Amino acid sequence: MNLDILTVDAARTAVLEKQTTATALVDAFYKKIEAEDPAIGAYLTLCKERAQRQAERVDALADKGDALPPLAGVPIAIKDVLTTKGVRTTAGSKILDNFIAPYDATAVARLEAAGAIVLGKTNCDEFAMGSSNENSGFHPVKNPRDLTRVPGGSSGGSAAVVAAGTAVASLGTDTGGSIRQPAAFCGVVGLKPTYGRVSRYGLIAFASSLDHVGPFGRSVKDVALILQQMAGRDPMDSTSADLPVPDYAAEIGKPVTGLRIGVPKEYFGEGLDPEVRAAVEAGIQELAKAGCEVVPVSLPHTEYAIPAYYLVATAEASSNLARFDGVRYGMRAREAKTLAEMYRKTRDAGFGTEVKRRIMLGTYALSAGYYDAYYLKAQKVRSLLARDFDEAYAKVDVIVTPTTPTPAFKLGEKADDPLAMYLADIYTVTANLVGVPAITVPCGKSKEGLPIGLQIFGKHFDETTVLKTAHVVEHALAAG
Amino acid sequence: MVSEKDVSYVADLAHLELTAEERARMLKDLNSILGYIERLNQLDTADVEPMAQVASRYGVGVGHAMREDELKPSLPHDEAIKNAPQTDGTFFKVPKVIEK
Repeated sequence: MNLDILTVDAARTAVLEKQTTATALVDAFYKKIEAEDPAIGAYLTLCKERAQRQAERVDALADKGDALPPLAGVPIAIKDVLTTKGVRTTAGSKILDNFIAPYDATAVARLEAAGAIVLGKTNCDEFAMGSSNENSGFHPVKNPRDLTRVPGGSSGGSAAVVAAGTAVASLGTDTGGSIRQPAAFCGVVGLKPTYGRVSRYGLIAFASSLDHVGPFGRSVKDVALILQQMAGRDPMDSTSADLPVPDYAAEIGKPVTGLRIGVPKEYFGEGLDPEVRAAVEAGIQELAKAGCEVVPVSLPHTEYAIPAYYLVATAEASSNLARFDGVRYGMRAREAKTLAEMYRKTRDAGFGTEVKRRIMLGTYALSAGYYDAYYLKAQKVRSLLARDFDEAYAKVDVIVTPTTPTPAFKLGEKADDPLAMYLADIYTVTANLVGVPAITVPCGKSKEGLPIGLQIFGKHFDETTVLKTAHVVEHALAAG
Repeated sequence: MVSEKDVSYVADLAHLELTAEERARMLKDLNSILGYIERLNQLDTADVEPMAQVASRYGVGVGHAMREDELKPSLPHDEAIKNAPQTDGTFFKVPKVIEK
């Protein structure tokens, strides 16, 4: 069995038809992880006992000839910002180095209930703050397609395991592009669902109004199958939507004739790498060939998305990260004499540079005298960005753009320039501010062989059309 | 422009100490980022409603913000204190809050 190309359906079928057992499959993945992951650094923690127990449960069902659940035997990896009961959960931060989560995130619990097997926790930028995975409190992740390059971030580890074949699929989180940008850099599919589609319960919060949980996979269908099991109302997350969950895979492969594809000029301007532009334009051509109507649209406030994002995200982060104070969990600095000193010393030692930078920016934006000029202003611009999308969606069904301005950059290339790093998310952040679903699908490679991603935005809760459209691009690429 | 005094004030608010080196770096980075953010002032937003949440604009999930106040089991006490750096078995222990 070639683990590099194993899909969700193929893994389940292999267990169902007794070509292998879930236990043997898990063993094979751990062997591959032990051989190949040290060069990549994508896993932070392996949970072998938990995986073994789950594999035995799946095998027992298969032995009895019982109907197998939809993800039975599918080995997956979980970004380390999602809690896993009894398993170390660090959020990529030294401040949570020794934290053992007391409960499972809803997304994780739902995937396990559907038979998926959690192999381990993946590396990420500390508290999901970063675009290269170089802000991990432990070690950077390397791009499996080129070990001298970053895998993207912040869900770099989750993208890398799917690209390297050390998991079939994975979960990441996306606050400003943290699923889509690494998926594009590593040449895999990544989906940020609509805000409210997947519960955030058990997600260690970075920016609550922008945080999303979503899947990585090697195919559009795999991503649809994973989403299927996670989506839907969860009483533990008051922002999760009480809307019916459609059959996401059912529309994949169906005709897209007459579908209106919006192409916003603001996403094809200055700063876009010519090879990325060519690959995305070729992808749009394939959609036209499949019968889609290509419509030029405008999202005029696009250039204001990054500044608005870095105010909203950091303001929310400064509040969310106040909980890391050395009292209830995580590390505590020992030498402090007073409570206030203990807070300061703990946070100084536990947080990395980028996290401190964002806490400072967010605290500043919320501080007396600056609230209206920064935080409130950003929230108003957020409305303008939402209005851009409302107006475009009056004319089109989906919007197609590049996922990133360039292919994966070199390790260290942007590490000393925070602003340059923030601009790596220029095409992805708006979907978080507005809440629309967005997918990235591979649409070619640069001359150097680096993957290029095509991004598709959909209407709120219309993941079905997004997935169906992405599949056309994926299929054309496989054929051509 | 952010000043050194602002950096100290904000670090205090955020319960961060920061070394002299970190403060210098922070001053430079905050000014660079806020300089970029300045472009938001090109937009007239006098008549625009702020958007704090996706749901507030699109009505998603509205109706769930309130729930009945019912007593339900929560995280058991021993589980809740398990990850604490210091406890007396019942409460979290911290250094002195008030100095004599």
